[in-house]
Amino acid sequence: MIINGVTIDATFAEAFPMKATRAIITAQNEKWAMISAQAMTGFATSVIACGCEAGIERVLEPSETPDGRPGVSIMIFAMGGKGLAKQLETRAGQCVLTSPTSALYAGIDGGTRIALGKNLRYFGDGFQVSKLIDGKRYWRIPVMDGEFLTEATTGQVDAVGGGNFLVLAESQPQALAACEAAIEEMRKIPNVIMPFPGGVVRSGSKVGSKYASLGASTNDAYCPTLKGMTKTDLSLEIESVMEIVIDGLTKEDIDKAMRVGIQAVCDLGAAQGVKRISAGNYGGKLGPFHFHLQEIMA
Amino acid sequence: MSALTFTLKHKPAQRVDMSPLVCQKLAGLQVNQIAALTLQNGKRKIRVDELFVIDGVDTQNIIIKGSFEKLDFIGKELEGGSITVEGDAGAYLGLGMKSGEIVVTGNVGLYAACEMKKGFLCVNGNAGDFLGAALPGNKMGMKGGTILIKGNVGERAGDHMRRGNILIEGNAGDYCGSRMTAGTIAVMGQTGNYLGFAMRRGTLLLWNQPVASARFNDCGAHTLAFLPILFAAFKKLNSRFASSGASFNRVQRYAGDMSEMGKGEVLVKIN
Repeated sequence: MIINGVTIDATFAEAFPMKATRAIITAQNEKWAMISAQAMTGFATSVIACGCEAGIERVLEPSETPDGRPGVSIMIFAMGGKGLAKQLETRAGQCVLTSPTSALYAGIDGGTRIALGKNLRYFGDGFQVSKLIDGKRYWRIPVMDGEFLTEATTGQVDAVGGGNFLVLAESQPQALAACEAAIEEMRKIPNVIMPFPGGVVRSGSKVGSKYASLGASTNDAYCPTLKGMTKTDLSLEIESVMEIVIDGLTKEDIDKAMRVGIQAVCDLGAAQGVKRISAGNYGGKLGPFHFHLQEIMA
Repeated sequence: MSALTFTLKHKPAQRVDMSPLVCQKLAGLQVNQIAALTLQNGKRKIRVDELFVIDGVDTQNIIIKGSFEKLDFIGKELEGGSITVEGDAGAYLGLGMKSGEIVVTGNVGLYAACEMKKGFLCVNGNAGDFLGAALPGNKMGMKGGTILIKGNVGERAGDHMRRGNILIEGNAGDYCGSRMTAGTIAVMGQTGNYLGFAMRRGTLLLWNQPVASARFNDCGAHTLAFLPILFAAFKKLNSRFASSGASFNRVQRYAGDMSEMGKGEVLVKIN
């Protein structure tokens, strides 16, 4: 398949089951809601070393938030419910409770309930106040700037992590420009996050390593500087490869995000140096969810 | 399906225990079976059809027409369904109510919604003393649900209240929120003496400055984020609490009762 001069490989991305949750952070203004959200989703690019994958889903209008203030919706993904709950609580305590004027609410009403502010209330040292409003429990925790309001729990649901595609371009600036265009469009899709810095990862990995202690290592088949010294998947004109990784609540959400992202890359086309779209394929060993690029773009 | 309607034939001299006429107890009964049920009237028992004309079939939607202040225990331990009272209701309206909805067009007597657990109770007129309170000797009053009073309430509203909301559009008598353990009482009108007497926790949300009390300490003026959420929950009500003008988030906070646990609060709207 070729779109606007860009070859879409006949391959598929592999993804795996994860657990996910969503939280809504509000603050006096969007600036401070975003600062808190960025802190809460920081150092959360990959479950390999961060314990979770997290990202900002979107900015919320005051009319969309529980308390009528500007807000940001964030999502956290982890391999299991226990790990997710721990990450959520730690991050909420260190990044939202501490952030001036912030408040924290559940972003998922259903699902398995996991603690959001339920245990943070003990920071109130007995001065915390509980309010049960419309069946939802909130905690009002006295803090130095006034009161930190948090919902007690949020929902944990089954999700999909690790959807991805690779952008192969003639130069590094062209690969990055294509990925930036893709990310801009993908951020408009609900229920997904792209957890890597700016949504883009330049150090895609393969499973395994020559070093026994490592479970993953550089994806040498897609490293352009190794074209002449490894079993490469790159043609000579490819000088840079970047990857976009997507976590989503459902396979369909990731499908949609991949479609708009790949379309944005193809819209730039071969004229802008983009030559191929491929995907991280581990022969079906990594996970049960397969995203066939050509089917998505059909 | 038409509502099951009980129209009062005459006003008996003695009080009537209406507790058998709740939705869950009437479910599956035919009109003739309902007519044969007995009600305690003073010291004697009377058949339902001795006191009421019965129409309609929907036992989950009950209307009591011509009701007056001697019909007690209407909606006692109601578990689902709705009861509409056209007129006044006596004492113990919605006693221990578990779910469902009760609406009264007139006034209600003592102990309305006392020990209520869940559901919604609306009184378009006034309510007597001990609204949402605990029965004498008991330690836990209302444990959940919402009470909306469009008129005034008597003394001891929310006595021993444990959870839920009491919304009063009019005035509240003395000892409002006394011995309260938790929950929220909102009063748009004036409050009487001894507000929050022996209150342990909970919130008294006031539109007007209460009578000053040495048992409550001023914590200053604050903008509280939970208030817009609380007011948003009132939006679905047919009430002045639902109007956008009623909402505020800037309050003067008083903590008390300092002679008790002292973790309750009186929040007074700052105009």
